[in-house]
Amino acid sequence: MNKQMTSAEAVGHLKDGMTIGFGGWGPRRKPMAIVREILRSDVKDLTVVAFGGPEVGMLCAAGKVKKLIFGFATLDAIPLEPYFRKARQAGTLDVMELDEGLFQWGLKAAAMRVPFLPARAGLATDVLTYNPDLKMVRSPYEDGEELLAMPALYLDYAFVHVNRADRLGNTLVTGVDAYFDHHVVRAAKHAIVSAEVVEEKLELDKETARFNTFERSLVTGVVEARFGAHPTICSPDYGWDMKHLKEYSDGAKDDQGWGVYFEKYVQGGEEKYREQNGGEEHLASIPVPTF
Amino acid sequence: MTTPNYSLAELMIVAASEAFRDNGEVLASGLGIIPRLGASLAKMTHSPELLMTDSEAFLVEEPIPVGPRGEYQPKYSGYMPFERIFDNVWGGQRHAMVGPTQIDRWAQTNLSVIGDYHKPKVAMLGVRGLPGNSINHLNSFFVPSHSKRVFVEGEVDMVSGVGFKPERWSESMRKDTMGIGVAVTDLCVMDFKGPDNAARVISLHPGVSFEHVQENTGFPVIQAESLGQTAAPTAVQLALIEQLDPHNLRAKQLKGNPAGSRTQEEVES
Repeated sequence: MNKQMTSAEAVGHLKDGMTIGFGGWGPRRKPMAIVREILRSDVKDLTVVAFGGPEVGMLCAAGKVKKLIFGFATLDAIPLEPYFRKARQAGTLDVMELDEGLFQWGLKAAAMRVPFLPARAGLATDVLTYNPDLKMVRSPYEDGEELLAMPALYLDYAFVHVNRADRLGNTLVTGVDAYFDHHVVRAAKHAIVSAEVVEEKLELDKETARFNTFERSLVTGVVEARFGAHPTICSPDYGWDMKHLKEYSDGAKDDQGWGVYFEKYVQGGEEKYREQNGGEEHLASIPVPTF
Repeated sequence: MTTPNYSLAELMIVAASEAFRDNGEVLASGLGIIPRLGASLAKMTHSPELLMTDSEAFLVEEPIPVGPRGEYQPKYSGYMPFERIFDNVWGGQRHAMVGPTQIDRWAQTNLSVIGDYHKPKVAMLGVRGLPGNSINHLNSFFVPSHSKRVFVEGEVDMVSGVGFKPERWSESMRKDTMGIGVAVTDLCVMDFKGPDNAARVISLHPGVSFEHVQENTGFPVIQAESLGQTAAPTAVQLALIEQLDPHNLRAKQLKGNPAGSRTQEEVES
């Protein structure tokens, strides 16, 4: 039952053309250590499914993304994700742009093993125009209402980052919001969890155990990744690193920008990453922002 | 009593707060500093029944000041993570004031791309929650710079939020779950309650003429019968706004932080 592995072992399971989903929300609690591992790997032609933050931009910048299934991509304080924007404006990215709620519905349909779930979101908008594969369904009941049949979004792999985990795959999200990680995990054939701390076996009181948001049977791999969400927020452990995000974002203005970023922050592995960002003590001191 | 000096941002905050009057116990979501201050002011004055969050994951009965909080301790009354916001949206229990990049004559909105969808001139955030929000609950708009670039002549480039264009709807779709509130702009307050949901100016900010609004709008607008001047903030409202925005973030929301009371020349210069 020991599911612990290295991030390289986890990412080693990925094959070209797979559909992978990420937990978190925009620049919040993204499994960035795993993303950096994917960036260092040879895998390509991925379909990426996410409430997008920097993971989307970085994977686009590295040419890993064939298709993006998303509701948005943003760094919040820097509203426009720079490399997502670049890829989108170059016209090279295949997209399935969804309402945030439809996105959740697609994951939930997959989790429930039903082909679709009905929704009103998306009707009377260009979400239908630009997703010609989305079909309509009519209520079989008296009302006869016409609705959008949101198809199940099945994932080959899900990656989420949590505050604490154990080797069995038990997890805790102690930040203020669990976001939609549980839906991402349930929609996937395999789910890899990275965690700030991996323990032998969680032993919790009732109050703390409530921070567990999905059962370990859904988890196929556990990776220890201290500061594994950096530069995104991992509340309550650390905030987003605006200095880092700004450097990342500014780099997009230059044709060499991504290469420079990759060499400085990605290529050398996680230990070097933490050093390049001021060391562990500094990273732990980055305050969680107020909204 | 002397009329207090006030900024255009403060006038718009008060106008935004009016949008939330008589909404009932709905979640008031003001996205951006001025809409958020407007919703907060509404809850602190005429509409205490509104639900409000700390803009993160908790419900509060006392609106939270914007910006760094210093000694201020939020008083939480409940929990409202993103997933519960979605649940609330689908039930129609919300009024959001959003800032779309484009709005058209049918009140349709765009937050996705400018230009050709497949190779856009400008890629923005993506449709976000607009399709679902706009078809499920009341939506109002905040427009910091009223122009033909925002209020476009034709249809918005990518319809992200629903509106009243008949061709977009089938007879079997439920349309009664959607609703458009007002557009609070730097020139006026508009709604879409004219004949056939035509855009209608309901109040003009001081110094703004109806003609000036029309010149800066890409489609025909009409005058509401009761067309008047947008109400100036009272001293009580200004004091509450100061309390809700101790760092004066409102001063940075409009270019040049114009005064609220202006002459026609000042407006049109």
